Amino acid sequence: MSALLAVESLERAFGGVRAVDGASFEVRAGEVHGLIGPNGAGKTTVINMVSGLLAPTGGRIRLEGREIQALAPHRVAALGVARTFQNIRLFSDLTARDNVLVGEHRVRKASLGARLLLLPAAREEERRARGQALALLERIGLADRAHERARNLSYGEQRRVEIARALAADPRLLLLDEPTAGMNPVEVQAVATLIRKVAAEGHAVLLIEHNVKLVMDVCDRITVLDFGKVIAEGAPAEVARHPAVIAAYLGSGA
Amino acid sequence: MGQQIINGLFLGSIYALFALGYTLVFGVLDILNLAHAAVFMLACFVALALVGSLGLHILVALPLAVLAAGILGLILERVAFRPLRGRANSNFSGLISSLAVAIVFEAVALEFFGPNVSRFPFGTVPDRQMALFGGVVSRLQLTIIGIAVGLFLVLTWLVTRTRLGRQIRAVAESPRAARILGVNVDRVIAASFFISSALGGAAGVLFGLAFNSISPDMGRSVELKGLAVIILGGMGSMPGAVIAGFALGLSEVFVVAHLGASYRDVVSFAGLFLILVLRPRGLLGAASLREA
Amino acid sequence: MEALRDLYLTYQSTLGYIGLNSLLALSVYATLSCGQLALSNAGFMAIGAYAATLLTKEAALPFPLALAAGALLPALVAVPLGLPVLRLRGVFLAIATIGFGEVVRLGIVNWEYVNGAQGIVAIPQKTSLWMIFLAVAAVLFVMARLRGSKWGFALEAIREDEPAARTMGIPSTAYKLAMLVLGAAIAGLAGGLEAHFTFMVAPNGFSFGRVVDMLVFAVVGGTARYWGPVLGAAFLTLLPELLRELAPLVGIEPGPLRLMVNGLVLLAVILFLPNGMVSLPDRLRERRAARRAAA
Repeated sequence: MSALLAVESLERAFGGVRAVDGASFEVRAGEVHGLIGPNGAGKTTVINMVSGLLAPTGGRIRLEGREIQALAPHRVAALGVARTFQNIRLFSDLTARDNVLVGEHRVRKASLGARLLLLPAAREEERRARGQALALLERIGLADRAHERARNLSYGEQRRVEIARALAADPRLLLLDEPTAGMNPVEVQAVATLIRKVAAEGHAVLLIEHNVKLVMDVCDRITVLDFGKVIAEGAPAEVARHPAVIAAYLGSGA
Repeated sequence: MGQQIINGLFLGSIYALFALGYTLVFGVLDILNLAHAAVFMLACFVALALVGSLGLHILVALPLAVLAAGILGLILERVAFRPLRGRANSNFSGLISSLAVAIVFEAVALEFFGPNVSRFPFGTVPDRQMALFGGVVSRLQLTIIGIAVGLFLVLTWLVTRTRLGRQIRAVAESPRAARILGVNVDRVIAASFFISSALGGAAGVLFGLAFNSISPDMGRSVELKGLAVIILGGMGSMPGAVIAGFALGLSEVFVVAHLGASYRDVVSFAGLFLILVLRPRGLLGAASLREA
Repeated sequence: MEALRDLYLTYQSTLGYIGLNSLLALSVYATLSCGQLALSNAGFMAIGAYAATLLTKEAALPFPLALAAGALLPALVAVPLGLPVLRLRGVFLAIATIGFGEVVRLGIVNWEYVNGAQGIVAIPQKTSLWMIFLAVAAVLFVMARLRGSKWGFALEAIREDEPAARTMGIPSTAYKLAMLVLGAAIAGLAGGLEAHFTFMVAPNGFSFGRVVDMLVFAVVGGTARYWGPVLGAAFLTLLPELLRELAPLVGIEPGPLRLMVNGLVLLAVILFLPNGMVSLPDRLRERRAARRAAA
């Protein structure tokens, strides 16, 4: 199976600091690929570059063979990439359901003309879209909070809504940036199950996480970053035993 | 030519003084203070009242008016900006609330002085002229340039060599870091507003003396020119504001001399527009201006 | 009979301005709804007003066509304006668009063909109240349809967090440009209507102060609902009429009083009810819910 996402010698320098320094790895469809490393290793920077928010200063990013590193974020998203954010970026004034609705933007087939002319087709499309949003909220167990404003949700609930919002785009590649930070073990388990199910449906998942147990349980393969460089790659068990990985984590006290 | 340079420097010094106040607040708070021009105008009226009604000498009235402007700045900060400090969209709401205060200030001026143009009483400033560099310059013009330059020097000393100046720079850099370092951010911001409004007030009095045409809407055109100046010089950059102020003054005088009076303002705004599109940082600015 | 006719004539102007100011407030709302503080609408209004005027006076074009042209021309101008300028952050966008407005105004002042600063007078009075209100209704309809639709949510997303919205596939620049163009068309239409309502156009009617007024209507009314700007425009257009009666009682001239009340209302709104008058019921509901939760 060829790679869905291929990151090749990716570099990002901020002034003199190389946040990402020649990182390369691949993610295949149906795979959950973990991206781990101590704080400041460059993981979020990599995700920012893949999603188009940041331009690399070197290297390439390929999505199904096609180079995307120079594309604007909305064009990358149009190709089937969706993400969550490390510091939760829900639309705080919108309800949970409406947040997920926004996530559907890429896949909706609404017609502005029909909407302005009050045609029944428009109402039908709206109904379908809202139903889809509720179904996704159901999937993450928050259907009962659908009409709550995002800023009134608990931290863990917000994180789950962000995942639902990303799933709403029916992405081929799902980028999750610390999706379980601050969650209790029950919520973490639910997210783990969800991630495995999403991968089983054929999506590729790139997962940044600090929760080591979650990463070991859920990931098929793991890439370890430290100081912007890849220091290990492989199946969870191999990576856990890798001396460079142990040194990096112990060294930084993580 | 020499005459035009003198006129340009003279006009530019007022623009620079006004823009300094604008850019100081922007540098510290990241907010555009739209009440700056109203303070400019009110300070001039205060000076007018002191000279006209109380018979004070202009050299006494000027510092008093500047002080009054500073106090207005403190009021402005307390009423319109401080309550908004925690908000997410504080830039926008700060703009609106400063606008609201500007409207109130203008209403006050309108009520107490009427809409018509007022002038300083005859004899407020001695009408002496001299020949210089091939042009004729009045003592008033030289004095204004002198006062403006003097204020620039005082401000530079304040910002670079005093503790308050260091604190202002720290807060401009990062209010959170400054607070952690023990700086009383609220007081520094208040002080910045005092200084900024004092400068704006000084510019207002000097403008009133220079052109002797004082009315509640006198701040309108200078306000927009002031925006052009701080954009050109770089938002938040004080040396930039001074240089750009002089540059605008000189270019306006030259445009009027060579292209005609009607083109004067078009050049400023077209220039502003081009700068924003081509080099939004301005000459010396460092602020990040584009969205992600 | 005389008295009734006088009454109608007096209030005709106020009603007309409630409608025109509503249109102007909605034109600013168009860009505010996606988080852009674009203050170019006085310039767009001027273009529309002068275009429509010249077409009826010089070309004897039927009024509806002239109005349409008055809406179309600023919309076209909005495109080359928006492309470079919508990339700018917050206050810089505001300043650039203010600059645009000034350039338009100064251009008119310096254009002899349209009488420069003196403006054009004796414009045929073709605007009836029903036309103004029809226009308001039409714009409100469009705004209402946008709200809660795929595009309406996209606009809100852009307003709240543009980069995040983009990662969801929303082409934010295209949306912002579309709203700038829409706002320009509305402002241009309002300009054409006003010119044929007050029989004259002059550049000093399209100054920075004019777009500030539009902004104030929209902010005071509130952008939380699509009809908020209309509420603000109506309120702030009626207020001076009421104040004119009040002024002698308080001992302040009507002009300064109106201005002072405008400023104080705006200050009160931004400090205590930042989402405008329209958000008052929401605010009360939230406060009641909070009190209940604390109890």
